Amino acid sequence: MKNLFIISAVFILFLKCGFLFGKEITVCSECGIKTIKEALDISQDGDRIIIKSGYYREHDLKAEKSVEIIGESFPVIDIDSQGNGFILTKENSSVSGLIIKNMSASYVKDLAAIKIENTSKCKVLNNQLLNTFFSIYLANSRECVISGNTITGNAVTETSSGNGIHLWKCRDIIIENNRVSGQRDGIYLEFVISSLIRNNLSEHNLRYGLHFMYSDSNAYRNNTFISNGAGVAVMYSHYIEMTENHFYHNWGAASYGLLLKDITRSRIYKNLISENTTGIYMESCDKIIITENEFSGNGWALKIMGNCSDNILSKNNFSENTFDIASNSSRNKNFYSENYWDKYDGYDLNKDGTGDIPYRPVSLYSMMLEKIPDSIILLRSFIVDLIDITEKAMPVFIPETLADENPRMHKYQYDKN
Amino acid sequence: MSIKILKYIFIELVRSRFIIFYGIFLFVLSSAVIYIGHDPSKAVVTMLNLVLFIIPLVSLIFGTIHFYNSGEFIELLLTQPVDRRSVFTAEYLGIAFSLSLAFAAGTGIPLVFFGFTFPVFLLIITGVVLTFIFVSLAFLSSVMNNDKVKGIGLSVMIWLFMSVIFDGIIFIILFVFSDYPLEKFILIFTSLNPVDLSRILILLQLNISALMGFTGALFRDYFGSTAGMVTAAILLICWMIIPGILSMKIFSKKNF
Repeated sequence: MKNLFIISAVFILFLKCGFLFGKEITVCSECGIKTIKEALDISQDGDRIIIKSGYYREHDLKAEKSVEIIGESFPVIDIDSQGNGFILTKENSSVSGLIIKNMSASYVKDLAAIKIENTSKCKVLNNQLLNTFFSIYLANSRECVISGNTITGNAVTETSSGNGIHLWKCRDIIIENNRVSGQRDGIYLEFVISSLIRNNLSEHNLRYGLHFMYSDSNAYRNNTFISNGAGVAVMYSHYIEMTENHFYHNWGAASYGLLLKDITRSRIYKNLISENTTGIYMESCDKIIITENEFSGNGWALKIMGNCSDNILSKNNFSENTFDIASNSSRNKNFYSENYWDKYDGYDLNKDGTGDIPYRPVSLYSMMLEKIPDSIILLRSFIVDLIDITEKAMPVFIPETLADENPRMHKYQYDKN
Repeated sequence: MSIKILKYIFIELVRSRFIIFYGIFLFVLSSAVIYIGHDPSKAVVTMLNLVLFIIPLVSLIFGTIHFYNSGEFIELLLTQPVDRRSVFTAEYLGIAFSLSLAFAAGTGIPLVFFGFTFPVFLLIITGVVLTFIFVSLAFLSSVMNNDKVKGIGLSVMIWLFMSVIFDGIIFIILFVFSDYPLEKFILIFTSLNPVDLSRILILLQLNISALMGFTGALFRDYFGSTAGMVTAAILLICWMIIPGILSMKIFSKKNF
């Protein structure tokens, strides 16, 4: 107990000293320092710049020292279509509590409201970014935290809009509790490793809610992706953990809940994938474990292309999907077991909860659709039912091994928070 | 005169056991679908399958059988100073109206109570239009054959063709010519079949249409436009009127 007291006393002393190193610079319309630029010019490493509530028409604010920029009751920084907002280049810098707005699109430069370049341990907290091009842009940085920001864009076309949270060549970043809407991609990661993305809401973005490119060993948990142009895309990455996310209503002719391309050794666990045109689309994916997910009300719950192998699908719920599984190949190299399929019409004589005959989730019509997309015109017609019933009675064309040998009779009750 | 006969036939039919059974059957069926489904959009999709399957079949078979069964009654009427056309029109409208009424009441009441949306409205309209189309086809097959068995056989063939064989032909065309851009051709070809045309018109109104991808978009663009709507309406009306007029012509010259 005594030891603990001494340790905490020393700790508090250290904290105090830490404060003593830096000074506070206050910016407001009645203060000595009226602009943020001025404050940044006179600041030293470790200073805090407090921006009082007000309206500041400033742009290209370069923080070349390690400073904390703190807004009090949300001052407004109007960039007025003039360039970047804040540019942080020194470690331990932070930006918080600001409203930054009104940027114009650029076809040449990656203009951003808050740009962090070549540094580490920076923080972007609780800002509101309205009508920006790129909103929060990290390049070649590490160990940063982006938390509690609200990004509201009004993107019209993909070429004239930027991403909400954009990371390029970063590592150990935490992105949490942000809300992104109306951008091109909600959250975009390229060459990012060992980062965590959690509790974000990404909705109504033009392209993807979340977009991964060449980013290995990342995790995203508990995020919600609603009504994005094409859903969520994870491409050319390995060791991705996707847990407890909600992919909802990505509904359109070319939309996906989750698009996986060239992904290996990843885990998709406890996600809720509902009302998407295609729930999960997999192309050249290997060794992915898809388990305890809920697929409901999708057009196609899962489209798995012939170049996918050794993926494991088990203990998922499939309900109210127009098509459960679609594949363009008549060979199957993936494993399906112990899923619940609402279209399963088998029986369970020994009442152990597992059906006695295998379930074949690919219908002949869905295979035909992969070969001849135009035959979708016969959707819900009598002949399609006839074809499927005949094929089910005597499987000839559908992949012989694409079957769930132990289908569950009852839906799994998963915790859906 | 025509209206007087129509009134008599209509009342007689509406009180007939078959029409009442048909109405109750549809009512129970749609109530069950709604009770199980809970979602109006999904209920419409399920009902669509049933409507496209049952209406043509019932309209054709019932229309044909009724025409043959009322042969003596028609002969009796024709001995009176009545125009043959008005007898025919009255017979046609009597059956079409009573079947439509049974359908609209049986399917409409549960669906409308559940939630009146545009797809529901379209489903009911389409059902009524299909009834008129297939009753007129039933009359055509009846007046073409004096033999009751042949007439019913032809009606069954018409049903089989419209509901199954036509779609099979589309499938074969899609397979054989899959290397060619077929969208426009398929658009025109499917529109020629009233069953397919109604199915697509309703599907386009529902969420499920997103599954239809490029082909669906093409259909939506076309049938979403005024020109497309008018074309669809004209095609359906043609299917109603052309067999009707043809059979009326044959009926007018027929020896009893």
